[in-house]
Amino acid sequence: MTDQNAGSTSKTPPGKVSRRDFFGMAWKGLGVFAALEGLGMISAYIFSGKNKLTPETKQMLDAGSVESFAPGSVSAFMGGRFYLARLQDGGFIALSIRCTHLGCSISWEESKKRFICPCHSSAFDISGEVLNPPAARALDYYPVLIENGMVKVDIGTLKERNSFRRDQVVYAT
Amino acid sequence: MQNIFLHLHPGKVSEKSLTFHRTFGLGGMAALLIAVQIITGILLRFYYVASPAEAYNSVVFMKTQVVFGQFIRNIHYWSGVFLLFIAFCHFLRVFFTGAYRDLRKLNWLFGLLLLAIIVFSNFTGYLLPWDQLAYWAITVSTNIIGYFPFIGNGLRMTIIGGKELNADTLQTFFTFHSALLPFLLLVLVLYHFWRVRKAGGIMLPSDEEKGEAVPVNPNLVYREFIVALVLLAILFLFAAFFNAPLLGKANPAYSMNPTKAPWYFAGVQELLMHFHPFFAAFIIPLSVLTFLVWIPFITYDEPPSGHWFISEKGKRSAKATAMFGAVVTIAGILFNAWVMNFEIMIPLLPAFISNGIIPLFILLLFMAAFYRFYLKRLKLSKAELVQAVFVFIIIAFIVLTLTGIFFRGKDMAIVFPWNV
Repeated sequence: MTDQNAGSTSKTPPGKVSRRDFFGMAWKGLGVFAALEGLGMISAYIFSGKNKLTPETKQMLDAGSVESFAPGSVSAFMGGRFYLARLQDGGFIALSIRCTHLGCSISWEESKKRFICPCHSSAFDISGEVLNPPAARALDYYPVLIENGMVKVDIGTLKERNSFRRDQVVYAT
Repeated sequence: MQNIFLHLHPGKVSEKSLTFHRTFGLGGMAALLIAVQIITGILLRFYYVASPAEAYNSVVFMKTQVVFGQFIRNIHYWSGVFLLFIAFCHFLRVFFTGAYRDLRKLNWLFGLLLLAIIVFSNFTGYLLPWDQLAYWAITVSTNIIGYFPFIGNGLRMTIIGGKELNADTLQTFFTFHSALLPFLLLVLVLYHFWRVRKAGGIMLPSDEEKGEAVPVNPNLVYREFIVALVLLAILFLFAAFFNAPLLGKANPAYSMNPTKAPWYFAGVQELLMHFHPFFAAFIIPLSVLTFLVWIPFITYDEPPSGHWFISEKGKRSAKATAMFGAVVTIAGILFNAWVMNFEIMIPLLPAFISNGIIPLFILLLFMAAFYRFYLKRLKLSKAELVQAVFVFIIIAFIVLTLTGIFFRGKDMAIVFPWNV
């Protein structure tokens, strides 16, 4: 191969590419192009369908009437994977049961008034704020909607946050 | 069949390379276990169904209704455990006999790749029973990925196909576990063996006679046969007496207490108990990986000796470093768990500094002191120094892993193994 090349380059003036070398490069270029095309096709095939399997949709869950939750209480809705917390001032927030550290499910300890994670003992207060590390972020939450005295939770939309803010709480008007 | 098997071998090998303690036959054992995994894996697929609704039931059905179902599943489980353990030992053997330089450079890298593939085969297989153990172990491990900077969360969601484990995750893991990874493993193992032949056989001491060349058949083949029979006997005994774990069906609402990552990731999980996730899940593992890849490309002062631990001095420094590494790691774990938690003690600083930079700095200070007051005085060669660093990493990894598996009980508190 190299011998033939040497023979052909001897006829080619210096600085010019021989026909053989040109075709060699063209084939290589086509090969790279074909490989990229194939890779693109495979990734499009895999990812386009996967994203459609778990779409984010509004999925309202009726939690109950406003009066049925006492201020300062926490109610578990394990089917919807959230705790509905009613703060002392009467506001509602629906907290995800997933610890923000490594995703274990937290449980509410009524005596200590805090959520505890069994995995690495992270703790959160009633509003989802971190009380004890290793968790670094406040608990994720779901949007709450209050209509005609009924509390509804949109369990299709999980909201992430770094810390607790007033505007995450929903009040009955 | 016999021809294919013999073709992987050279015609003749040096008498010296037949000595058992030269390699302990670890590479061959790993190859045998891969064959066992493929056979039992195919058998399991006759009954397994990869969907969250059916997966658990299909495993229970296999266990209770299928003749030898429990036994085949046990063999697959234990063979997976053995394979990872033996591949790890093989990796240690190759390093400590210096078989990673010159012609073997590339094969060291392929070896690391094979080790990674074996880890991910185990990891993807861990989810398939879809029981509480599987569900929560994979939840915790995939959440660790979420701590990689910038790409972490996107990568995690791509891998599991959503915000939490779902049908898509199971399908993806099953495809990797039963198609892509075994295929890669098979191709790369053959290449790995071929490169050993290309390098002129296994590593032998450079200062000794090579010994007479003897025919592989029967000299090596008979030895391999005996090792294979003993290994299979031990594997079948394990499969007969110890059942592969299967807890209740996965329940996404209730996590187990304690929730542990699969045993080979217990070390990383343990590291997460002591360092900010950015360090435990990213900086430290990445540094270790970089070091391992870099090892064959360092310029060494002298050619490899081919002796275990290089030399007498190498042996002495490795022993001392192992002791130092074990003491520092154990002391660090206990200090952090019982005496002082940096993040709680220094609440004003961000966790990144209080629980990341500060403890890492203290650890590096101890290592520097050990080098300054002990290793430096031995006047080690470069290869012996690299070996000391390697020993420290491996010992720390082993201590962390054993702590995570055997000494973490309810609420991940430190307990004795009989209370776990």
